[in-house]
Amino acid sequence: MSKKELIRLSDCVVKFDDEIILDHLNLYINDKEFLTLLGPSGCGKTTTLRIIGGFLTPNSGDVFFDGGRINDVPPHKRQVNTVFQKYALFPHLNVFENVAFGLRIAKVSGDEVRRRVTEMLELVNLKGFEKRPISSLSGGQQQRVAIARALVNRPKVLLLDEPLGALDMRLRKDMQSELKRIQQEMGITFVYVTHDQEEALAMSDTVVVMDGGRIQQIGTPEDIYNEPKNAFVADFIGESNILDGVMRADGVVEIFNRRFQCLDGGFAPDEPVDVVIRPEDVDIVSEDQGQLKGTVTQVTFKGVHYDTIVDFYGFKWLIQTTDYCPVDSRIGIKIDPDGIHVMKKSAYSGMFGDYSSYSEEYDEIGDAGVEPGGEDSGDEE
Amino acid sequence: MRNKSSRFAIPYVVWMALFVVAPILLMVVYAFTSAEGGFTLESFASMGLYLDVFTRSFKLALIATAICLLIGYPMAYLMAREGRRFQRLAMALIMLPMWMNFLLRTYAWMSILENNGLLNQLFRAVGLLRLLGVDHLELIRTQGAVVLGMVYNYLPFMILPIYSVIVKLDASLLEAARDLGASSLGVFRKVIFPLSLPGVLSGVTMVFVPSVSTFAISRLLGGGKQMMLGDLIEQQFLGGAYDPNLGAAIALVMMVIVVVCMAVMTHFGEGEEQAVVL
Ligand SMILES: Nc1ncnc2c1ncn2[C@@H]1O[C@H](COP(=O)(O)OP(=O)(O)OP(=O)(O)O)[C@@H](O)[C@H]1O
Ligand SMILES: [Mg+2]
Repeated sequence: MSKKELIRLSDCVVKFDDEIILDHLNLYINDKEFLTLLGPSGCGKTTTLRIIGGFLTPNSGDVFFDGGRINDVPPHKRQVNTVFQKYALFPHLNVFENVAFGLRIAKVSGDEVRRRVTEMLELVNLKGFEKRPISSLSGGQQQRVAIARALVNRPKVLLLDEPLGALDMRLRKDMQSELKRIQQEMGITFVYVTHDQEEALAMSDTVVVMDGGRIQQIGTPEDIYNEPKNAFVADFIGESNILDGVMRADGVVEIFNRRFQCLDGGFAPDEPVDVVIRPEDVDIVSEDQGQLKGTVTQVTFKGVHYDTIVDFYGFKWLIQTTDYCPVDSRIGIKIDPDGIHVMKKSAYSGMFGDYSSYSEEYDEIGDAGVEPGGEDSGDEE
Repeated sequence: MRNKSSRFAIPYVVWMALFVVAPILLMVVYAFTSAEGGFTLESFASMGLYLDVFTRSFKLALIATAICLLIGYPMAYLMAREGRRFQRLAMALIMLPMWMNFLLRTYAWMSILENNGLLNQLFRAVGLLRLLGVDHLELIRTQGAVVLGMVYNYLPFMILPIYSVIVKLDASLLEAARDLGASSLGVFRKVIFPLSLPGVLSGVTMVFVPSVSTFAISRLLGGGKQMMLGDLIEQQFLGGAYDPNLGAAIALVMMVIVVVCMAVMTHFGEGEEQAVVL
């Protein structure tokens, strides 16, 4: 993949009524890249897309496209198309004419319009819907019309604002791989918005994690998952146990007064740190062999594994294991050095990563996404 | 089946039967009977005499409706795109004349348009009349005066429905159109205008129907020379040419023509909505 920079947001600030919505945002997007903006509701994802699309001028800061400053270029002159969060389909046009809208504006010949629209509708699984009025479509069908309507113009950049939010799990998985294939085949830069971390990890070249109008971390999906920068990222991406620790030396971190080997270094001696331990990186062993010992308080069968909540000295951990440990049994755990990730303390320290209120937290996550290997459950809605 | 909600509907059904259905039935009965009470088509046959009144009525009503649309649409559009405060002010200015009595407004126009009225006095004062070598301009008692009166009285009925449709348009549709490459003009032509057609349709109906059956305006501003269907019908009930059967027949024919026009337009409007808008 080429590494040519295509879009750059430089120090963008957006305010609504003195409330800072985007706080000095710096972001660059490479040509033909699949970049995902990931973050909780209200963190400024749509606002960022609107800046790139030209619907919003930042209060300060610059927007560059292909090297040129485009702050003042109106939306219809940008080589960018958008799949809007609320679809924004034209109610007075049928499915075919909605998709054909951009081509008609560009005065493409009738034959080619027919060919390209038909091809697009086939791609999004809406063959035979050409004549249907928009109001007769389901939410998921409307969403796919919106995708087709933007893609048919073969833009240089496609902005997608939660384009699969209304689809059921199966269709969503299909569309995910379909979109990814289209993106690679057509060589379009995708800027993709989602609050579903799993979707973000599965599809993206680059993930941008946002919260409160600020970028928390930019990186490849592997980076973001394995090397989260702070407690917010660690908690938002996947499940994490986040513990207070002290860095005793390079490669040695102390948790619960016990020293563990790890691979991280470069901290000051005895610096307090946040330690992330993923639920799947914990091995359950018999009590006497464990580095830590605790009591099982809750077990939930998840299909592939058991979600086991274990109380260690008053702090509740989530452990994902294929071994069944009954409630109230005493167990020990072992953690390999590469299962431990050490982060600097941040404003988010102490806010996440404790599973005392396990069931609530899990409900929330159930809304946002899909469990690994849970394809067959199909119980999303 | 009698459920709760259908019981609540009874007063409305009675009302409709008494004041909507019954009068229409009466009108039909009158139209097809003679003064003696027997069935006859006489009234329809004698209507041919008044063909010119029919054509004049529809012509003037059409002109007035067209002018209302030409003035009203841009006005409604601009209003809808402005800020809240402007909208409220404009709305007040549009509604204000409607709070005055209809006859009063029309009399006011008489005194403006008369041979010695305000306008002619003004033209005289600035020397326009001397320049043209006339004593006064024929403003009143013309078809123009009648059309003016209708436009003045019915313009709000064109503006309001169009305005309320445009102001409710989803802003994200306009953004989507821009996103797909439409210029401001393109957005208007391909999105705003087609979506505002229902407003246009009801505006046109609300101006055309009262215009075609108006009588006071044509009598006061047309000076009796521009008799319209409303005047003709009025004469059959109150005037010297007393003939309620003919009056009912004329009213019936007028109603049928209006209904047919509206049906055709509605159909056309719906077709437009789904058709490929160029
Ligand atoms: N026009 C506006 N006026 C005032 N506040 C706004 C406006 N648009 C957005 N905001 C605020 O800006 C913040 C960010 O909004 P944005 O739409 O970018 O969130 P988001 O990340 O897309 O969230 P979601 O996932 O729910 O779509 C929100 O707090 C929102 O209330
Ligand atoms: Mg959003």
